[in-house]
Amino acid sequence: MAELSVQIKDLPLKNPVMTASGTFGYGVEYADFMDIERLGAVIVKGTTLEHREGNPYPRMAETAAGMLNAVGLQNKGVDYFIDTIYPRISAYDTQMIVNVSGSSIESYVECAGKVAGLEHIRAIELNISCPNVKQGGMAFGVTCSGAAEVVRAVRRVYPKTLIVKLSPNVTDIAEIAKAVEAEGADSVSLINTLLGMAIDAEKRRPKLSTITGGLSGPCVKPVALRMVWQTYRAVRIPVIGLGGIASWEDAVEFMLAGATAIQVGTHNFIDPAASVKIIDGLNDYCDRHGYRSVSELTGALAL
Amino acid sequence: MKVVENRILHEHYCLLKLTSDERLPDMLPGQFVEALVDQSPATFLRRPLSIHFVDKERNELWLLIQFVGEGTRSLGRYRVGDRVNIILPLGNGFTLPDGLSNGQKLLLVGGGVGVAPLLFLGTYLKERGWEPLFLLGARSEKDLVQLDDFRKTGETYVTTEDHSSGERGYVTDHSILQTTRFDRIYACGPKPMMVAVARYASSVSVPCEVSLENSMACGIGACLCCVENTKEGHVCVCTDGPVFNIERLRWLN
Repeated sequence: MAELSVQIKDLPLKNPVMTASGTFGYGVEYADFMDIERLGAVIVKGTTLEHREGNPYPRMAETAAGMLNAVGLQNKGVDYFIDTIYPRISAYDTQMIVNVSGSSIESYVECAGKVAGLEHIRAIELNISCPNVKQGGMAFGVTCSGAAEVVRAVRRVYPKTLIVKLSPNVTDIAEIAKAVEAEGADSVSLINTLLGMAIDAEKRRPKLSTITGGLSGPCVKPVALRMVWQTYRAVRIPVIGLGGIASWEDAVEFMLAGATAIQVGTHNFIDPAASVKIIDGLNDYCDRHGYRSVSELTGALAL
Repeated sequence: MKVVENRILHEHYCLLKLTSDERLPDMLPGQFVEALVDQSPATFLRRPLSIHFVDKERNELWLLIQFVGEGTRSLGRYRVGDRVNIILPLGNGFTLPDGLSNGQKLLLVGGGVGVAPLLFLGTYLKERGWEPLFLLGARSEKDLVQLDDFRKTGETYVTTEDHSSGERGYVTDHSILQTTRFDRIYACGPKPMMVAVARYASSVSVPCEVSLENSMACGIGACLCCVENTKEGHVCVCTDGPVFNIERLRWLN
């Protein structure tokens, strides 16, 4: 039995396996399939200052080894989260992390400020990379100055662990990571979805109501792995890797490329218990290879 | 679950019967399952399939599958003894007509593969003393699948677009709707058909439920992909439906 705990700044995780925002609801949706307290962390659905209805249906298109989504941050707003959802999830013995999204600097700041007051939420993941909203979202995450500006503003009101979720829809993700590190981000998570598109040839129509959407699943894994590797070499803060992780082998690969922790996203839809299988697989891997702690895997790629 | 029979009904349909080593959980008509199609590497997501019938004595789950793409075609190639990874039961069932006396008339309207949940619903109603009446529509006679099982369960009327069986036209063109007053209507099928049925039900002030088949990923309310824009805003078809009273939808007016 290897030591599985890892640390993201002030945030201790019992193991490096988290579930990605937007793929795991608020955790409770998965309670029939697994013991969610076994997880390192649950990152809850993207939360915004105001209630959002999200984009019109259809919002999803299956692709080769993946899927496109255009949900558009449907959620009932941060006040509803605080009043109704937080009391239901705060007793779980795992880290509940809130994914904070916004359409303006002010809305990010106000939302993060409200979440800062929640005792059992010890970290937020700042989403500057949602490709499915017209305003804000990815717009902040694709330039160094935009990313820096929103992180600087949120850092002032958020004293706990601040993770920034990065967009892969950029020329050089390491530059963005360095920009948010300089503004005080405690960690970066990557990658959010890749901007993509699907067309119904017979109907000559786009398959998504928004025409374009975010691509996720095993098809994005090589891109994500490469970006984790590039980012790991560019920053000193811990990197959280995600993008197509479906097995413990995938998780090991991301850690070898430099990730301190990983997130399971789209694969939760295929196998609702995937994340706990990955925890077990990571432990077996460490035992087989003589690692006493899973953290020894981070950046241990043999070159 | 293990395949006990996979009968090809015709070029576009199969009837897949599955059993489990464990006792199957209680399931309600209108609920659905999510099947992993692991024999088709090109099929990424699970396939949501409505429950066609539950044979409690034999501990069997029946799925009526229309071959739409590679995933469903692959399910048609599963052989006896093959294993299928299935999550069940999901969603909410049809509302039973509690309070209605047994003599009152219940119409179950199905189109295409949308007839699937109606066999389970009809049987369930019949076992509880109601008399279901089926109105089933298809393009052509050969597309009317499982007709014998429907006829065993209740009086069955059909329409075909090419007039190869029953009355010509769509289900809403059938004369039974002009001659009989129903007390409840349940419908499942292509959306234009369900909208037409909902419009009819509304015009004659009959309570009506429809089962939606919005495309979905997770089936458990996590991905928020399968939403329907109801009068309360976007709700997940997988967890809030798939059965909806037409009063909740924004289909009419």
